[in-house]
Amino acid sequence: MLEPFFRWCESTLVGQAVANSVWAFPILEAVHLLGLCLLGGALLVVDLRMLGLGLTGQSVSRLARHARPWLIAALAVMVATGIPLFLSEAIKAYYNTSFRVKMSTLPVALGFTFGVRERVARNEGMEPGPRCKVIGAVSLALWFTVAAAGRWIGFS
Amino acid sequence: MIERFLAWLGETPWSVALLESLYAWPLVESTHVLTLGLFVGATIMMDLRLTGLAFRNVPVQSFTGRLLPWTHAGFIVMTVTGLLLFYSQPLRYYHNVFFRVKVLVMIAAGVNAFVFHRGAHRRAADWGADAIPPRAARIAGTVSLTAWAVVVVTGRLIAYNWFDCDIQPQPGWVNWLAGCEAVTE
Repeated sequence: MLEPFFRWCESTLVGQAVANSVWAFPILEAVHLLGLCLLGGALLVVDLRMLGLGLTGQSVSRLARHARPWLIAALAVMVATGIPLFLSEAIKAYYNTSFRVKMSTLPVALGFTFGVRERVARNEGMEPGPRCKVIGAVSLALWFTVAAAGRWIGFS
Repeated sequence: MIERFLAWLGETPWSVALLESLYAWPLVESTHVLTLGLFVGATIMMDLRLTGLAFRNVPVQSFTGRLLPWTHAGFIVMTVTGLLLFYSQPLRYYHNVFFRVKVLVMIAAGVNAFVFHRGAHRRAADWGADAIPPRAARIAGTVSLTAWAVVVVTGRLIAYNWFDCDIQPQPGWVNWLAGCEAVTE
């Protein structure tokens, strides 16, 4: 149903420019990976703390507040590089199961992070309760799925 | 000498099996990439603290004491999976320009971390709570951020064979950096 849209994506100026360049795709991919590193760090520091691990000397709310701008910066890098990567091989992505898994999980992960996790983390202190721990674990699981499915796009 | 060893290593049954496997190689590679989020991610967070760019009211000792074990765990996974990937194609990686740069920069990152832990970090009790750490710590953080970014980028580019010895002609310096004379002889 969406196939014509994906065909159009690949025919766009950016899609064609990346697809026809030797260097563009690898460089965008490398920067996408740098974004993954920053995203991983900004998420893990808070998720581990919500689970009662890692930087346990600090309150959950303090770590979440500090990590937030870096989390957003990382997501901005991921999206800014991910879109041209996608455009260059949109038709392949359309038929790729891993891509579908990634793109179905991504909005859930984003909604959960900014809708649920952030609200809970903001009011959480030194002793995270069971609810907080579950949210930290769910956040890790969601983002792990996004990242793993993302890596598997290239293998499937 | 090393050529012959790596050629032999690449012909061992397990190396061939790993390289030609349907799932093992992609799983090892995916683990290597996803652990970046833990290892480089945690390293970046600590480096941002050392440069004074983030977590300004979190003491540096919190990071070196409570986050570093996670960084170490990530490092162990990176090393094991990285060695397995190398084992799957030893000769090709050995002559890959990006792989060589990556290894050199990783050594530099290691030296930088060692110098920091033996130097400025020993006096962290004096400055660890400061919003902006002293110069030596800021330099260590900046060098680490830069080095690991180069390691990630060159690591990703190893996959591309642009400068491999069997792709000729190449500029002289590329062949020198890849050690191609040893291959053609």
